[in-house]
Amino acid sequence: MNLWNKLMCYSRRHSPWLFHMNSGSCNGCDIELVASLTPRYDAEQLGVRLEGSPRHADILCITGPVTHNAVSAIKTVYDQVLGPKAVIAIGSCPATTNVFIDSRTLDGPLNKHIPVDVYVPGCPPRPDAIIQGVAKAAEILAARGNNPPSTEIVIAETPAEVQP
Amino acid sequence: MNLTTALARLLIFPGLLFAIPAAWFFLWVERKSVALMQGRVGPPFMQPFFDFIKLLGKTTPPRSGVGGLLMRAWPLIAVSAAAGAVGLLPVLPSSGGFEGDLILLLALLELPSMCIIAAGFSSRSIFGEIGSAREAVLSVAYNVVFLLAIVSIAAAQHTFRLESLAALPATPMRWLGVLALLVCLPAKLHLNPFSLPNAEQEIYSGPMVEYAGPELAMWELSHGLEWVAATGLVATLAAPYITLWWLAALVFVGIMVAIVLALSTLASATARLAIDTTVRFYWQCTLIFAVLAVSSALFMRLRS
Repeated sequence: MNLWNKLMCYSRRHSPWLFHMNSGSCNGCDIELVASLTPRYDAEQLGVRLEGSPRHADILCITGPVTHNAVSAIKTVYDQVLGPKAVIAIGSCPATTNVFIDSRTLDGPLNKHIPVDVYVPGCPPRPDAIIQGVAKAAEILAARGNNPPSTEIVIAETPAEVQP
Repeated sequence: MNLTTALARLLIFPGLLFAIPAAWFFLWVERKSVALMQGRVGPPFMQPFFDFIKLLGKTTPPRSGVGGLLMRAWPLIAVSAAAGAVGLLPVLPSSGGFEGDLILLLALLELPSMCIIAAGFSSRSIFGEIGSAREAVLSVAYNVVFLLAIVSIAAAQHTFRLESLAALPATPMRWLGVLALLVCLPAKLHLNPFSLPNAEQEIYSGPMVEYAGPELAMWELSHGLEWVAATGLVATLAAPYITLWWLAALVFVGIMVAIVLALSTLASATARLAIDTTVRFYWQCTLIFAVLAVSSALFMRLRS
């Protein structure tokens, strides 16, 4: 690996820009994602920035159990995020559809529609678990480069020492 | 100014070799000071550099036709104009010849803003167009004050030459002009409370909405260079004339950092204003202030 590639990997790991998308979430996870950027958790130390446009983002953060209405929007936004990119499923809903399983308004879970790289389980997950998920996604992003996403599943859990 | 000095100015100090790291440094100072004022730790020192490198490694959406070509061109024009503006700042002494013209500096400072307006409209995104329209309205509002401040300074000191302006002792009139320039800087640099054109929540970053990868990296760089050029212009007018070149450069950079800190404090202490409030602010409050500056400058000139 030459110097430029090393620098690129390092930069990707230290500058994850997020785009947040709600696919029918109850807003529990959305609040926790925003909480991870507040002074108490301060995800900006890792270079995290919540971006307004999916074009600017590296990591797509999806919350919610994926309703029928949200499917086409998710696919559009996933295509709008330019490579190299990673997807984080925040909360139990996008991972398993949670308590809404068998609902006729849902078309989940999320990995039916787009490849998911990191799952952050919890209802809602704690902000430290979300930050750990973002850090893992950034590592995956750095390692992957411009190659297509692999099928290996990564689960980010709340670090033991801060668990309530 | 001979060719060597001109090249040294454009490429080394205060040109590209100084300006690009300074641009990243100022972007970091802005983010870090806002974080500290909010009780956070904030991004690491190299953050703007990592962001820039990462953006260079991303792909860009396919663009075709003249529109696509223009969309690729705007960020490059903005970066070169901002870099040219930084190169014109009279920090190092020159020996005769071209001495840096205030009007040329103003034109180069205005080009990135024009490019942002054009970029938003050529992206054909509704959010980009709204952002561009806001930028255009804002630009008309603050530029009246900005230009009047420059005219009042130039009229009071009888010159448009940057080098002569830097060498002349500061008068009360010049301080009034510098104050008017400082009032315009938050709007010129899209900072709170005048961050309307690039409002990231309301209109998804406005004109930048369709930009990605290396093109976005160029926009970030041009924004950083605008920081250097705009704060450098104020530093040139506010700094005392020092014959020792290294001390002059040090004082110049010190004043720039102080302005960046002051602007970041304002940005973190305020929230975004609506477009009508912003325009009213510039037209009502500061227009009176700038007219006062010009009329007294003309009065002083007639008296002398």
